[in-house]
Amino acid sequence: MNVALNLVAVRTIIRKEMIRVLRIWVQTIVPPAITMTLYFIIFGNLIGRRIGSMGGFDYMQYIAPGLIMMSVITTSYGNVVSSFFGAKFSRHIEEMLISPMSNATIIVGHVSGGVLRGLLVGLVVTVVALFFTRLEVAHPLIMISIVLLSSIVFSLAGFINAVFAKKFDDISIVPTFVLTPLTYLGGVFYSISMLPEFWQNVSRANPILYMVNAFRYGILGTSDISIGHAYVILVVFVVLLFSACVWLMRKGIGIRE
Amino acid sequence: MRALTIKNLSKTYKQGNQALKGIDLVVEAGEFYALLGPNGAGKTTAIGIISSLVNKSGGEVEIFGHSIDTDLEAAKSCLGLVPQEINLNLWDTVGNIVSNQAGYYGLGGEVARRRVEKYLRAVQLWDRRNDISRTLSGGMKRRLMIARALVHEPRLLILDEPTAGVDIEIRRSMWDYLRKINAAGTTIILTTHYLEEAESLCRRIAIIDEGKIIEDAKMSTVLRKLQREVFVLSLDHQLSEVPRLDGFQTWLRDDCELEVEKGPDRDLNDLFEQLSAKGIKVVSLRNKTNRLEELFMRIVENKHNAAENVA
Repeated sequence: MNVALNLVAVRTIIRKEMIRVLRIWVQTIVPPAITMTLYFIIFGNLIGRRIGSMGGFDYMQYIAPGLIMMSVITTSYGNVVSSFFGAKFSRHIEEMLISPMSNATIIVGHVSGGVLRGLLVGLVVTVVALFFTRLEVAHPLIMISIVLLSSIVFSLAGFINAVFAKKFDDISIVPTFVLTPLTYLGGVFYSISMLPEFWQNVSRANPILYMVNAFRYGILGTSDISIGHAYVILVVFVVLLFSACVWLMRKGIGIRE
Repeated sequence: MRALTIKNLSKTYKQGNQALKGIDLVVEAGEFYALLGPNGAGKTTAIGIISSLVNKSGGEVEIFGHSIDTDLEAAKSCLGLVPQEINLNLWDTVGNIVSNQAGYYGLGGEVARRRVEKYLRAVQLWDRRNDISRTLSGGMKRRLMIARALVHEPRLLILDEPTAGVDIEIRRSMWDYLRKINAAGTTIILTTHYLEEAESLCRRIAIIDEGKIIEDAKMSTVLRKLQREVFVLSLDHQLSEVPRLDGFQTWLRDDCELEVEKGPDRDLNDLFEQLSAKGIKVVSLRNKTNRLEELFMRIVENKHNAAENVA
């Protein structure tokens, strides 16, 4: 593989993705900020005052990491699925497919775009959160590594969704029927210790629970799950999903006739 | 050196449609090659396989000696493609589209900037470089696709109906430009429905029909197969009746234009001698239909008739 060629190519895809994100910033950056502001006002401020504290923290503080992570996850997924499916739909994906860059480069470029947009939105939501509550980062390296790995996982998942999607409806099915329920049930708004044991065990099958809790541990220093488990799960997901993406590209499923 | 070698290439789509039935094709480096065929003949499928946009069912493809099975990266580096359908990012600028393509081939920085300017100027789109591509006319979009395909300066350029929807003035300037890059060493494979375009540009021709190559020869050799040609002669005075010419069929198109059909055993000198003997002066002469078009229709029709007879 020509490393220099692929480095220029991956940089080109990332640049193209960032130009797209920044050109339509009203659609890509602002909506998550507004949504999360409403969450902070309604759940954190109005309802949270009645709830009091959770896990030893003010409720607003407790949900802030989960809301940041939720915005990162949905944005990373949405960016890659819409960008790659858009390229498939208008067929300018062929620009990349006929070029000598490797399949891995195409995947890494798009996933990097998703991660960068996810982190950008996460940063904006963090700034919004700071208007409502005080956040002191307990474990900065854990916080950064977890948000990065989670963003990569969902960017890769978005890529797979885009590969299989045949029409625009197909790119909204997974976010609506899988991602959103898993996120809401992933401990963003509550500690699973509040649930009966059976539901606690069910919750442990939800990978988003590990991401939200590990991220919360990075910021607040508290978690319902083992941080080690979270890292193992995230790394396994990254490896499995990346391998699946490479395999799909190599086979040309959903891309080549 | 061979620019493209295709051996026993076949493609059967999932629905069972056999688009290519084991075609063989060799394009020498430096050729300007026409790949012609009716709609659905398999041209675009063959191009799709060469450019790795379509998975083949069988056979081998080599681009400048690089197999697409074992050395795909090198094979792709040699290839530029202008596809039949517009496949531009309609939300990106003209400049970015060409610049991104340069990046996909590993060209960055100053080299990419110079190439983008060079090829956008060549297709007369440099002034539109900051415009979003969807605001371009159909012809401009085609020219943009040509600039995009050329930015990495491929050794083999495949043009799948590149001038469809392009006005005649721009088309002629594109022909001149394609001749120029071919003369500079780029091998070009052209598919087009404008057969005068293929006749004017290409030195070699293959005709593909129903997934098989039914003709593959030099353009001049193929055109010699045309047994009969019809010429339209403009006369300097009106004729009241059709002149009888020995060995030629004649009829009046109008009172100042005469149509003459010439067989293989006659030549134009003979025609002019007979016309002169009758005091008929010819002002100008042209083929009634494009020669290649005529030949193309005959070859394809003959093949279909033969197939029907067998059935």
